[in-house]
Amino acid sequence: MSVAATAEPMIAMRGVNKWYGTYQVLTDVNLAVRASEKIVLCGPSGSGKSTLIRCINALETYQKGEIVVDGFHLGDQGKTIDAVRREVGMVFQQFNLFPHMTVLENCTLAPIRSRGIPRARAEETARRLLDRVKILNQADKYPAQLSGGQQQRAAIARALCMEPKVMLFDEPTSALDPEMVKEVLDTMIGLATDGMTMICVTHEMGFARQVADRVIFMAEGRIVEEAEPETFFRTPQHERTRKFLGEILSQH
Amino acid sequence: MDKNQLLFLLGGLKWTLTLSVIGFVLGAVAGLAVALARTSGISWLERATAGYIALFQGTPLLMQLFVVYYGLALAGLKLDPWVSVSIGFTLHASAFLGEIWRGSIEAVPRGQVEAAKALSLSYIHRMKDVVLPQAIRISLPATIGFLVQLIKGTSLAAIIGFTELMRAGTIVSNQNFKPLLVLGLVCALYFALCWPLSVYGTWLERRLVTAAR
Repeated sequence: MSVAATAEPMIAMRGVNKWYGTYQVLTDVNLAVRASEKIVLCGPSGSGKSTLIRCINALETYQKGEIVVDGFHLGDQGKTIDAVRREVGMVFQQFNLFPHMTVLENCTLAPIRSRGIPRARAEETARRLLDRVKILNQADKYPAQLSGGQQQRAAIARALCMEPKVMLFDEPTSALDPEMVKEVLDTMIGLATDGMTMICVTHEMGFARQVADRVIFMAEGRIVEEAEPETFFRTPQHERTRKFLGEILSQH
Repeated sequence: MDKNQLLFLLGGLKWTLTLSVIGFVLGAVAGLAVALARTSGISWLERATAGYIALFQGTPLLMQLFVVYYGLALAGLKLDPWVSVSIGFTLHASAFLGEIWRGSIEAVPRGQVEAAKALSLSYIHRMKDVVLPQAIRISLPATIGFLVQLIKGTSLAAIIGFTELMRAGTIVSNQNFKPLLVLGLVCALYFALCWPLSVYGTWLERRLVTAAR
């Protein structure tokens, strides 16, 4: 992909502030993500990283600032939000597959309903993507019949079926048993290699090293530090970052 | 008790069933609207429906039937007993079903709605394809429980002169002076309607509990 450095970024957040009542969860967040860039977002729990990515597809509202996704200004209400959500896929910590539908139906629902794609073509796409995340043989099962790792890969395939330009990952491996983390990370690495624009909230520092173009560290609702992974891990600038990295890396 | 009297009772049973079905079906349609309004996130609409539910849950069904039947007549709206009783039961059922389904909609995990939103599904599709199929499953035991209440509640229509099973029983026992026999039979007929439904509800509930494990 050759996106000129001067082009409008895929995602731009400018001066974003968010409060829950009087408690401020995001403070002056500025972030620009270019097409096919991979960002890893980390930080202690409660630092606002999930809230930040949930603002990008309007699962959360914000009170001040501006967010532009692929040229659409969020906050312009209704239609823009739908347009942004069609371009932005999201993978959740708890998978959030629809339990009353088969894996294949999970994957075809949104393309049929919100993109208006004919069922046959939606199923073809779904099978191709389920094959890509290596669970095509599970297509006709219900989510409850799958392992956690398989469910999360199904959720990734479901998001990909909308053919998004951006993928958001909200702690995708945190609810998984350790032996299933790798299969999900491998799927994400594959996506990254194919040039998907990705923002991943994760504590998987190995993944960050291998895939990220930039690692962003947040604390108390602010972006404290951002750098290429090499620099980020070797010479963190802020005390808070060093403390966080010390805690995270000692666990692994 | 002769054959004509028995047939008369069965005629009453037919009206009891008809009234139950009308109340349940129309009540379900209106109840769905109440449940959706109650969970709409639009605060004035939520407050209005909360008041509606409180009103019908907080007053006796018999009084609701009186108000619709006599009240509307006093207001100059002369309705056929049929129509007014149907309106009464529909309103009553819509409030109760609305509240049952409100609870079920809220019992569907929030992540389901978020996933549907993230997939750009519209409100209608989020509800129709994702939330309601799960909410209805959750609500089935309580919904069936209410249906049983509703069937028995139709006996109150007797008081405003509507000849359903209960009133048919009273009429027959006034003719043959065998109230114990006739009303015993009436009881047995109600029981034959309600008990299988209750058993089905319990069975469903048990199945849902095991499915959730």
